[in-house]
Amino acid sequence: MTAVWVLIVVLALATAALKLAGPLTLGGRPLPASVLTIVELLASALLAALVVVETFGKGRSLVLDARVLGAAFAAVAVWRRAPMIVVVLGAAAVTAVARLLY
Amino acid sequence: MTERTPARERRAAGIRRGLPFGIAVFAIAVSFGVLARPLMGLVAPIVMSVVVFSGSAQFGALAVLLAGGSTAAAIAAGVLLNARYLAMGLALAPSLRGNALSRGAFAMPLVDASWASASRGDGTFDPWYMVGVSIPQYVGWVLGTVVGVLVGSRLGDPKALGLDALFPAFFIALLFEEARGRRRIVAAAGGAGIALVLTPLVPAGLPILAAGAAAVAASRMRRL
Repeated sequence: MTAVWVLIVVLALATAALKLAGPLTLGGRPLPASVLTIVELLASALLAALVVVETFGKGRSLVLDARVLGAAFAAVAVWRRAPMIVVVLGAAAVTAVARLLY
Repeated sequence: MTERTPARERRAAGIRRGLPFGIAVFAIAVSFGVLARPLMGLVAPIVMSVVVFSGSAQFGALAVLLAGGSTAAAIAAGVLLNARYLAMGLALAPSLRGNALSRGAFAMPLVDASWASASRGDGTFDPWYMVGVSIPQYVGWVLGTVVGVLVGSRLGDPKALGLDALFPAFFIALLFEEARGRRRIVAAAGGAGIALVLTPLVPAGLPILAAGAAAVAASRMRRL
């Protein structure tokens, strides 16, 4: 059980350190224009990677399972401008039904 | 939201924007609580959500423990999965004003959805708006964990309920709003490609961080 608490404390401190490193070392200084352009594009690149990992990733392997159907529903729902809650709960429902059927 | 809009209004607008995220995060946190309860007990998962407040790191560390991995391996997985916060923090830094303490206070509520929502699209961020978007997510995350550990196995298998599909759906919604314009779509496609190629090759978390290289590449392309 102690191990669990060590995990919690270390993860909390490490997460805080990662979030704080930039703001505490850079201060309020502006970034050079070339870096700003990268920053502008960073969210798109990281979010797309998160989509891939959360849809196909299983540890260190890529798998095709019922999550793909849920993600496909989410993509269509987002494109049709459905509210966020419909997007996520609909994705869960589609995935659950797919698992029930197979 | 411009810089002239009062802080309180910007924060309130952020909270409104964050409400649907909060509901989604609540559902994700319930599944975290359900999965964590047998291994971590009643209190530890709740404390973890209060002090770590990070879905990917908490799920990642838990997955390592559930697979029989060591505490050190679980910590490494969690840290790697959160390594993207280093990049997000660096991006946010120039938009923060004041002394180190106040800059730190604005950086702590940084999570994916808030960071992406607070982006003004020109490389700068609205810190008060970001804090606002984080508030419903934090409440949802902690409350959901409490419900998850209390309801526990009575809810059934989180996978049978499709709760593992909440994550990709959440990020798809964020990505759709963010990736507008040709250069951003190229960055997104590149990031997705890097994640696909690297996932089987390197430890979890690294592919997401490495996807940042797609942003660098897209920023250098002349004809877009």
